[in-house]
Amino acid sequence: MNAEAAWLGPEEWQAVMLSLRVSLWATLAALPLAVFVAYALARWQFPGKQLLNSLVHLPLILPPVVTGYLLLMVFGTKGPVGGALQQIGIVFAFRWTGAALAAGIMAFPLMVRAIRLSVEAVDPKLEQAAATLGASRALCFATVTLPMILPGLIAGTVLGFAKAMGEFGATITFVSSIPGQTQTLPSAIYTFLQVPGGESAALRLTLVSIAIALIALLLSELLARRVADRAGGR
Amino acid sequence: MLTVSLRHALPGFGLDVQFEAPPGVTVLFGRSGTGKTTVIQAVAGLLRPDQGRVALDSELLFDTTQRHWLPPHKRRMGYVFQEGRLFPHLTVRQNLAFGQWFAPRDAKRESLDRVVELLGIGPLLQRRPGLLSGGEKQRVALGRALLSAPRMILADEPLSALDEARKAEILPYFERLRDEIGIPMLYVSHSAAEVARLATTVVVLQDGKVQRQGTAAEVLGDTAVMPAGVRAAGALLEARVASHHNDGLTELDAGGVLLFLPQIAKAVGSVVRVRISAHEVILSRQPPEGLSALNILPGTIEHVRTGGGPGAMVSLQTPAGRVLARVTRRSAQALGLEAGVECFAVVKTVSIAPEDIGGGG
Repeated sequence: MNAEAAWLGPEEWQAVMLSLRVSLWATLAALPLAVFVAYALARWQFPGKQLLNSLVHLPLILPPVVTGYLLLMVFGTKGPVGGALQQIGIVFAFRWTGAALAAGIMAFPLMVRAIRLSVEAVDPKLEQAAATLGASRALCFATVTLPMILPGLIAGTVLGFAKAMGEFGATITFVSSIPGQTQTLPSAIYTFLQVPGGESAALRLTLVSIAIALIALLLSELLARRVADRAGGR
Repeated sequence: MLTVSLRHALPGFGLDVQFEAPPGVTVLFGRSGTGKTTVIQAVAGLLRPDQGRVALDSELLFDTTQRHWLPPHKRRMGYVFQEGRLFPHLTVRQNLAFGQWFAPRDAKRESLDRVVELLGIGPLLQRRPGLLSGGEKQRVALGRALLSAPRMILADEPLSALDEARKAEILPYFERLRDEIGIPMLYVSHSAAEVARLATTVVVLQDGKVQRQGTAAEVLGDTAVMPAGVRAAGALLEARVASHHNDGLTELDAGGVLLFLPQIAKAVGSVVRVRISAHEVILSRQPPEGLSALNILPGTIEHVRTGGGPGAMVSLQTPAGRVLARVTRRSAQALGLEAGVECFAVVKTVSIAPEDIGGGG
């Protein structure tokens, strides 16, 4: 702790830890929903499927600032959802939870895309076979589909995590850049670049960003390879 | 006993079948595209037919008039698919265990050891399905279905993806299932050889309808029913192993007529079924002499059927059972073959293929 603290200033250290916390929560919270939506889009036919598909992809094609502004309107303290949630003590606006919400929504389409592809690669005939052996739908998903989509699930999670770490536009629009509250890595780098003499801090944070991204990539590669060996039937 | 009654619209024709599958192996026999797979999938619950009712013993699996539908995982039907469908992410042992996980506690179960021994898959247990041959995959698939404590085995052309050598390797395991475990089976096939080997009851499907139902010998010996085509026609004889000779032949007693076959691995006294291909049979009006063929069956012609082609199908009643012979129309005329005429059927020993010889059942 002391070594890092000496190298990174307290404000910089705060930004790194906040970014990790925000991205981790964003990815973990989005994952189950992303799996469900990906499975639904890959396997089921239902009215409004195209609408759901477009809605999921919207954050990918909208300017992030627009997404952030929409979030502010809906989840702000005066927004329809934000106001209601405030009554039960959940506040998103200008809190780290808001940063996580923004990051999660921006990462969601990438996660759904990766997972959907891997669900489509699983032969539905294997799920039929599991059903004839006595597995109900839920058990069939847990014992056959889930293990087989694991590589795609890991890839989607890492992609989502990376997107959440790098999310800037929607976050800064929705929850601003309050040091210790909502100032994530990218916001901190941007802020440091705005003040004279902040370049060295910005550079240090840039190096940290690169390191985190590389470690995440490496971990996912390792995991995916182990899983793929198993799922490949060898 | 499985009672099936189905109506379902398929592209090009309508399926409309009623049949009963008594204990033993019931083979749904017919050309491809006659609705066999649709029937077996409806029994398994993988396909929802337009109308119908299927019951196993006293339990209703579905009935469209009562809006009753038991989902596939509650039917406890061990399904053996054409392509095996083993789970690629599990080892062979885990694939086998998969069926056991969901089997009800109070069900009559086969032990893993017994099934592994029965199917000879002990050496494969630690492997993954990706490294198995087609025949090995089907044996594991059969084992997996058995271990789910099924009330019945449903097999949908389980051998059709295999070459001839592999088929010969797997067929005996289905016979062992029928004879040693005694589990009822519904088996879909378009191969007369498989019917001859396995069937207790045959249900012939044609264009979505049941054309005929009967025992294997009745159906295979009936010239009006040839779903596999005249080239694959052949009658089924039941015989008892009389003795093994040291020149590589086995002598059979078929209703008093002696038949010689290439040596088979069956004990003296056991009952076997032999399918005699119609195009391997030669007919003679006089008792043949000076022939190299060892098997000569005297009989009386029941009828001669001709079609548009040059061939004629002669059905002969012999003491060993009914024999079919496919000859040319020209020979039939020249020899004066017609109903009531006595003649002799000549069958070369080596023309009886090993895959056409099976245990009785």
